[in-house]
Amino acid sequence: MAAQNLQSVPAELTPEEDAAGQAHFDRIIAEDSRIEPRDWMPAAYRKTLLRQVSQHAHSEIIGMQPEANWISRAPSLKRKAILMAKVQDEAGHGLYLYSAAETLGQSRDKMMDDLIAGKARYSSIFNYPARTWADMGAIGWLVDGAAICNQVPLCRASYGPYGRAMVRVCKEESFHQRQGFEILLELSYGTEAQKQMAQDAVNRWYAPALMMFGPPDDDSPNSKQSMAWNIKRFSNDELRSRFVGMMVEQVKVLGLTLPDDQVRFNEDTKKWEHGPLDWDEFHEVLAGRGPCNAQRLERRRAAHDDGAWVREAAAAYAAKQSAKQQKEYAA
Amino acid sequence: MSEANASATRITPGNALRPEDIALEVRTGLAKPTEDVAEYALRLGDDALILAQRLGHWISRAPELEEDIALGNIALDQLGHARSFLTYAGAGVPNQDGTAKTEDDLAYFRREHEFRSVQLFEQPNGDFAATIARQFVVSYYQYELYRRLTESTDATLAAIAAKAVKEVDYHRDHSAQWVLRLAGGTDESRKRMIHGLRTMWPYVAELFRDDELTERLAQAGAAVAPSTLKEDFDRLTAEVLNEAELEVPDVPAAPGGGREGKHSEYLGYILAEMQVLAREHPGASW
Repeated sequence: MAAQNLQSVPAELTPEEDAAGQAHFDRIIAEDSRIEPRDWMPAAYRKTLLRQVSQHAHSEIIGMQPEANWISRAPSLKRKAILMAKVQDEAGHGLYLYSAAETLGQSRDKMMDDLIAGKARYSSIFNYPARTWADMGAIGWLVDGAAICNQVPLCRASYGPYGRAMVRVCKEESFHQRQGFEILLELSYGTEAQKQMAQDAVNRWYAPALMMFGPPDDDSPNSKQSMAWNIKRFSNDELRSRFVGMMVEQVKVLGLTLPDDQVRFNEDTKKWEHGPLDWDEFHEVLAGRGPCNAQRLERRRAAHDDGAWVREAAAAYAAKQSAKQQKEYAA
Repeated sequence: MSEANASATRITPGNALRPEDIALEVRTGLAKPTEDVAEYALRLGDDALILAQRLGHWISRAPELEEDIALGNIALDQLGHARSFLTYAGAGVPNQDGTAKTEDDLAYFRREHEFRSVQLFEQPNGDFAATIARQFVVSYYQYELYRRLTESTDATLAAIAAKAVKEVDYHRDHSAQWVLRLAGGTDESRKRMIHGLRTMWPYVAELFRDDELTERLAQAGAAVAPSTLKEDFDRLTAEVLNEAELEVPDVPAAPGGGREGKHSEYLGYILAEMQVLAREHPGASW
């Protein structure tokens, strides 16, 4: 499957061709228009994008797990249907993103192997457990909300296939965020136990959601280059601040509170500020020592391994069918 | 046009029909099933609900992302059918205060022996081949059933079936394609496909069993006798099995009894998981 998708990887070029390619690339970036798969691009640009897009795809796939955890126990049939559709959307996002990443020259199989081998990263937020039904609300509202803040600017990313995938992903994510908000709203105005469940979920997901934007700007070495390449449009801290500003208003409508008494609008900088985040915890989870890292990877590995015979059967069947057709043409 | 009338015009075969539309019809008294029709809707709703619950488990565990999506879609379709049938059934089993039971009252607050699904639907997912075998039988059965129900004298049953039959047609295609692929893929997949069909086939006979309820409904033109679906089911499934060079499994039929609330050992676990949260918070809305 992968071989024919890999034509976008350029063959060895002469130094003159490289120089012409670089000039073309620089011009496209300066014009703020789009690099397409067959265009020349610096090896570092390709590598950065491949890492980012494949990590994003992995995040969608691993991100299915905490929510799939509640499909069987959703407390009403309507919520069950919505949740199923949402998790299914995430599989779809994973598919677009793997396809976008394949245009950079790596097969989905290879990316999947790297994920399962623990060599690839995914958003560390999904290494936290979804303990209660209210987590379906908090994940939708906070986690998808943070994802949207991150991803809307990515619709303008300089790499065409990534930007276009993001347009569709963002449309679906905004539904996801609304359904999360609605779950919390219903809980917050429900019974005392439901309200408590909602507040507890917001308390647990707030800080990890803020950390989804990545480390503070002075500790984010790759950001500057990504911004110069028009992949990233705003810094981590800038996006985080915007997100806090949105949540602080929405949480009032929910009748809940954010677990942060230091949220304030700084009149001088015109930015929202929040309390300190536990970056040690962030790095621990990123290093594989979070509550669910082992569980998430094991689940993906099991699905992949258990399905190996099915994929082999499909490939064998397709090969037999194609041989049969060729024989028929030849006859 | 009043809200109720606007909804009534939507409930016609061929138009998209949502459980919420039926709920509105039920509340306003526009849709009122006979006692027999309500019991029948409960059977079909329970079948679809239990299958949706089983299939939902595959989401995030399928052999390939495309199948996470496909099995998720089939689960969602089944859940949609279940919601419609159960909402309609609820109008026939009012609460003490006279209001109709909701889909959630029926799904979450009935006990195991009150479920009316046949035993095929609660069979374990097993490996992918077992799931495909179950889906193959179910979708060929449901297709024949819903196709005929579009002619039901009960307008709501006909409308639910008209929406469902189009979706189930895709489920048929999906499962038949996989039967062919697995049977004709590798030795391993062929062995598993044969095994999957053998584990599901004992529960096929129950699908086509008539009883007093279906006889009365068939006479009234509201439903069809399940036995009359068998000929088409046998012929069409045999076509696929022939192409796959597979035999119809020669296995003894299980006695069944799901329509009278006699279930296999599996249903209790399915319900325990499905109902646990709703039952922790009786009366809560979500």
